[in-house]
Amino acid sequence: MSVIDKSEKKVLMISGVVIALFIFSMLYAKDQYNSNVPECVPFDKAYTEPKVVQLDEKTYQVFSVASMWQFEPAEIYVPVGSEVDFFLSSKDVVHGFNIAEKNVNMMAVYGNINKTTVKFDKKGVYKITCHEYCGVGHQNMQAEVIVHEPQSK
Amino acid sequence: MQISRSLKRVIFWLLGIPVTLLILGVYHGLMQTIYRAGVLNDSSFLKLEYYQGLTLHGVINAIVLTTFFAVAFGHACMTFFLKKEPNKKAMWISFWIMVLGTGLAAWAMLAGKASVLYTFYPPLKGHPFFYLGTALIIVGSWIPLFDWARMYREWRKENPITKIPLAVLGTLINFIIWFVCTLAVAYEVLVLLLPWSLGMADINVTLARTLFWFFGHALVYFWLLPAYIMFYVMLPKLAGGKLYSDLAGRVALFLFLLFSIPVGVHHQFSDPSIGQNIKFFQGLLTYGVTLPSFITAFTIAASLEYAGVKRGAKGLFGWMARLPYLDTKNFLFAYLIAGLILFVFGGLTGIVNASYSLNNVVHNTSWLPGHFHMTVAGPVFLGIIGMCTYLYSKMSGKKIFMPKVNVIIPYLWMIGVLIFSTGLMWGGLIGEPRRTNLGMTYLNPEHELFTPEWVPTTMLALLGGIIMFIAAMLFIVVFFGTMFKKKELEAVLELPYSEAYHDEKRIPLFDRFKPWLVTMGIILVIAYTPALYDAVTNPGPKAPRFAPANPVPDLMKIK
Repeated sequence: MSVIDKSEKKVLMISGVVIALFIFSMLYAKDQYNSNVPECVPFDKAYTEPKVVQLDEKTYQVFSVASMWQFEPAEIYVPVGSEVDFFLSSKDVVHGFNIAEKNVNMMAVYGNINKTTVKFDKKGVYKITCHEYCGVGHQNMQAEVIVHEPQSK
Repeated sequence: MQISRSLKRVIFWLLGIPVTLLILGVYHGLMQTIYRAGVLNDSSFLKLEYYQGLTLHGVINAIVLTTFFAVAFGHACMTFFLKKEPNKKAMWISFWIMVLGTGLAAWAMLAGKASVLYTFYPPLKGHPFFYLGTALIIVGSWIPLFDWARMYREWRKENPITKIPLAVLGTLINFIIWFVCTLAVAYEVLVLLLPWSLGMADINVTLARTLFWFFGHALVYFWLLPAYIMFYVMLPKLAGGKLYSDLAGRVALFLFLLFSIPVGVHHQFSDPSIGQNIKFFQGLLTYGVTLPSFITAFTIAASLEYAGVKRGAKGLFGWMARLPYLDTKNFLFAYLIAGLILFVFGGLTGIVNASYSLNNVVHNTSWLPGHFHMTVAGPVFLGIIGMCTYLYSKMSGKKIFMPKVNVIIPYLWMIGVLIFSTGLMWGGLIGEPRRTNLGMTYLNPEHELFTPEWVPTTMLALLGGIIMFIAAMLFIVVFFGTMFKKKELEAVLELPYSEAYHDEKRIPLFDRFKPWLVTMGIILVIAYTPALYDAVTNPGPKAPRFAPANPVPDLMKIK
């Protein structure tokens, strides 16, 4: 008799197939839905000033700075259809940066720059919630992305 | 078997201290669900603040209870299965270091000087005693490993071709993982955090976080492996059957040795300064840990089926109805099976977390505590409290206090966790953050940030939390009630252990440590060199100290 019995062999094979399927889905989702994790950007002091920069009609750069207990800028206006690069930094402790509806999910870390890109296809108000404990005022820390029709503001 | 009074006393204290502290830990668990549901709209209740309570909840339940228990259970397994006792002096030194560490950390937390949560991410600063205390708990728990290694070598000399008992293999592997992974957090605490908290240096936050998670994910396997030992070695026997395959247990344990640590970066998918390729690679390695879990799921299910069939079950699923769910004499079965049921969901949600891009959906939302309460507050917690009662009652020769209640506790707890985690995970999918005093703002109808979508989710978590609290308090009553009973039976150290249904021949590869330790080292170096390189080179300035209540840094410094 071999060491491994028949049903064990089967189960190992099924496990292998299931894991391969998971990994394939991971790769597929990453490329197909452009849903990568945040990018690695070496620290640059120029990125730590809060501002919104319009590169062209539909492309924006947002330099968001988290601190105890606010995001600057607190309100970010972009027109529908904009592609926004968020550059995120922290002035003090670790903060979170979560736009739940757009699956934007980053940590803001002192001395580090975090970056992700997201496209806003629908008009509306998107909440940015701090989801990392950052001291006694943590539960007050929310900002907004306001996505409006191109002509109005 | 009969054991020395000294060993018995050390095990009793190692169980009794964390179970006493657990009252505080569980109280703060309940309190969080109350604040979060908006029932309380304050920053504190009875002079204890929300975030102070959250820190106590995490440190007591996830570090003190688990570490003390792992050492106690390790002493019991090594002694019982090798028929040798640990060195008395080493045992007590380890115990006192851990107690001292717990005392220091508890003082800092209770005094409100270390409300930094159990992950203690810098640059949020706690009292130096908090870091020192945590380090001492860890260092104290290292000592038994070296003594157990000596016991194992002596046993090996006497038994050169006997397979190492599965429980002993599990205990040693668990503490090897623990030793290796805690080296990183010991470095973080002693070399980075302590001098920084004393104002002697600033800190590279990303490096500290990377070192923490080198430890942080392996930590969850350190919690889990005692439960795995119970599943493989004890559960089949308690069910009235045999372990389906002895070799499967060994393979699973060695795979944990390889893959428990080099996966920590999957907790940092959302972090800056670490490359996407490293994140993806460690995401892949995380799937390496799903394999031993699949093997375990099959082997344990097959063992339980065998037990059910032996008890006269028919058909494909008949065995499920035949198991001794409510047998008061066999109560450990109830604790383990309830934990196992929770673990099915805990494991599946864990695979979601590891899946790279999906992390963007769930990271740091309440989905996460929803997930890990079905692991650490599932098989881990139920295994721990069930085994605490079991070991105490056997080793003291006392009968269980309220045996009928005792056998209901795990199911009550299981139902509580299922409701609680459903609420948290549902909330997480619609953006509800974890670690947040929601009651003050988001769940306060008077506040401008009020978010009505999170009302049903936090209410569900509250309901589950209340049920969990009741179950935990019943356990406290049973445990201490047993302690106050009179000795009626012979006091012995006795653990249930299963025969194997497939007791495979000894395969030398699965009966020695060296090749596995070497492979473990190689994978670790491959997985972590680039991550640490990124964490050192990409960040800019180092951070000073920040107190939780003050945005102005504490710049006390440094000549």
